[in-house]
Amino acid sequence: MKPAMARLHRALGDGRVRFGGGVLVAMAVAVIVAPLVASGLGENGLAIDLYHRFAGPSLHHPLGTDELGRDLLLRLLQGGQISLLVGLTAALAASLLGTAVGLAAGYYGGRLDAALMRLTDAVIALPLLPLLVVLAAIDLRKLGVPAELADSQAASLYRIIVLVALVGWTTVARLVRGATLSLVRRDFVRAAEALGARPARIMLVHILPNLATPIIVATSLAVGEIILLESVLSFLGLGVAPPLASWGNMLTGAEETIALAPQLAFYPGALIFLTVMACNLFGDGLQQALDPRGSAGRGV
Amino acid sequence: MSRFVARRFVEIAILLAIMSFAIYGLIGLMPGDPIDLMISANPHLTAADAVRLKALYGLDQPLLERYWSWLRAALGGDFGYSRLYAQPALAVLLPRLGNSALLMGASFTLTLAIAWPLGILAARRPGSGFDHAVNLLSFGAISLPSFWLALMLILIFAVGLGWFPPGGSATIGGGGFADRAGHLALPVATLTLVNLGSQLRYMRAAMIETLSQDYIRTARAKGAGEARILTRHALRNALIPVITVVALSFGSLFSGALITETMFAYPGMGKLIYDSILGNDYNLALAGLLLATLMTLLANLAADVAYAVADPRIAYT
Repeated sequence: MKPAMARLHRALGDGRVRFGGGVLVAMAVAVIVAPLVASGLGENGLAIDLYHRFAGPSLHHPLGTDELGRDLLLRLLQGGQISLLVGLTAALAASLLGTAVGLAAGYYGGRLDAALMRLTDAVIALPLLPLLVVLAAIDLRKLGVPAELADSQAASLYRIIVLVALVGWTTVARLVRGATLSLVRRDFVRAAEALGARPARIMLVHILPNLATPIIVATSLAVGEIILLESVLSFLGLGVAPPLASWGNMLTGAEETIALAPQLAFYPGALIFLTVMACNLFGDGLQQALDPRGSAGRGV
Repeated sequence: MSRFVARRFVEIAILLAIMSFAIYGLIGLMPGDPIDLMISANPHLTAADAVRLKALYGLDQPLLERYWSWLRAALGGDFGYSRLYAQPALAVLLPRLGNSALLMGASFTLTLAIAWPLGILAARRPGSGFDHAVNLLSFGAISLPSFWLALMLILIFAVGLGWFPPGGSATIGGGGFADRAGHLALPVATLTLVNLGSQLRYMRAAMIETLSQDYIRTARAKGAGEARILTRHALRNALIPVITVVALSFGSLFSGALITETMFAYPGMGKLIYDSILGNDYNLALAGLLLATLMTLLANLAADVAYAVADPRIAYT
C-alpha cells in the first residue's frame, strides 16, 4: 500500500474519525438536499405565515413552525448551509493565515519568531469576544463602502468570515511553527539550502508538504471552534443577518418564547453541538491515528 | 523577580495604550453619531446648536487630537460620562466589576476543582473506562455553545423545575446570601461547564506525559505510595504546562462571562460592555473594554508569577 493510502486506512480505523466523519457527511448531505425538501413541502423557508405560528409537528411541517410561521425543518437545513459554509470557508482562511505565520516564525526564527509568537499569545490571551462585538458593529459606510454593498446580505457573510478567521488562526500557527522548527534542522532542508534554494522555495516545496498532518488536524479542530464563534456572533445579532437563517441567529429570539415553544430553542443549538462535537472528535482521532507520538498535539 | 514584574507592568501599560488607540478609532466607526443622538433626543436643537455642540465636545477635531485629549483626561481618572446611565463611566463600571469578579472567580474555582482531580485520575490509567468517560465529558464540554447551554439550563431548572430564578443577581428589594447564591447558580454552572473541557484535557495530557517519566518509575521503585507519587512527584511537574494554559484562558473566561451575563441578565461587566456597544455609549464601551483588557493582562501576570513558584528552575530576571 502507498503511504497515503496506509494513513487513510489507519485514520478510518479510529472510531472517533468514523463517527465524526459520518456525522459531518450526513450533515453535508442534509443541507445539500434542502432545496429538494423545500419543493417537497411546498415551502421556501422565508414566507411569513402569522396564522400558523408555533405550530406543532404535522405531515406538512415535520418539526412544526417557528415564531413567524416558517417551516422549522427547512429553516434548520438552510441555517445549516450557512453555518457549515461559513465554518469551512473561515477555517480554510484561518488555516492559510496560520500556516503562513507558523512557517515564517519557524523558518526564520530569532526576532521574527519571537514577535509573531508574542502576537499569537496576545490574540489568545485577550478578551476577544468584546473586541469582536466592536468589530462586528462597525458601520462599513463610514469606511467608504457604498451603502447598497455595506447593507447587503453578502456583506454580513463576508464580514463574519473575515472576523472569525482573524481570531481562529492561532492553533494552526502554533502547530505549524512547532513542526517547522524541527524540520528546519533536518538534512534535506540543509541540503536544499546548500544547493542555493531561496527561502520561499524551501518553505513551500520542501517544508510545507511535510506539514500536511498538523495542518489537517489543526484545521479540522479549528472548524469546530469557528462554527461556535460564528453562532455566538450571529446569536448576538452581529453575524449572519436575518432573514438569512444560521443556527446562531435562529436562537436570537428563543429566550422570549422559551416557555411557549422550547423546541425552537432546542434544535438549532443541538445541531451546533453535534456538528462541533463531530469536528472535534474527527480532528482528535485523526491526530492520534496519523501522529501517534503526538508531536502535532503538543502546541503549548 | 521584582525587576521581571516591573518590566511586565511597563509592557502592560504599552499594550493598553495601543489597545486604547485602536479601540478609540474603531468605536468612531460604529453606526450612529453622538450629535445626531443628541438631536434626536431634543428636537429643539437647531443646525447652529449642532455645530456648537460639535465644537464643545471637540468632535470637529481630527482623530489624533481627540484621542490625545481623551487620553489626558483618562490618565487623570476621567473617562467621561456614560450616555445611557448619565453618570461618570467609571462610577457605572466599578460596581459591575465586583459582580463579574464574583461570577468569574466562583466559576473558575469550581472549574479547576472539578477538572484537576478528574484529569489526574483519568491520567492514571489511559484507555480505561473511566478515562473514556472523562474524555467524552471534556469533548462534550468543549463543543457546547455557551448561549445554548444557558438557554437549556433556564428551560430545565428555571422554567421547568422552578429551582432557580432565570436571571438577575438578586430579588428586587430583598436578597440575603441564599437569594444571591440562588441567582448565581445557573450562570456559574454555565460558565463552569463551558470552560471545563479544555482544562480537563490539559491536566490529563500533562499528567500522562509526567507519569511516563523515569523519575516516576524511580519513585515507584523506592516504594513511595500511589498518593504521594501522584501529588508530590507527578502533579508538581504537570502543573507547569497547566499553569501556562490557565494563564492564557482568562481572556476566554471573560468572553464566556459576556455571554453568560447577557443570557441571565446578570449585572456584570460583560453585559455592560455589550449593552454599551449596542447602545452607542462610546465612553462607557471604551472604559469597559480597557478595564477588561487590564484585568486579563493582570491575571496573566499573576499566572506567570505562579509559574515561578511552581517551578523553582525558572528564574525571572
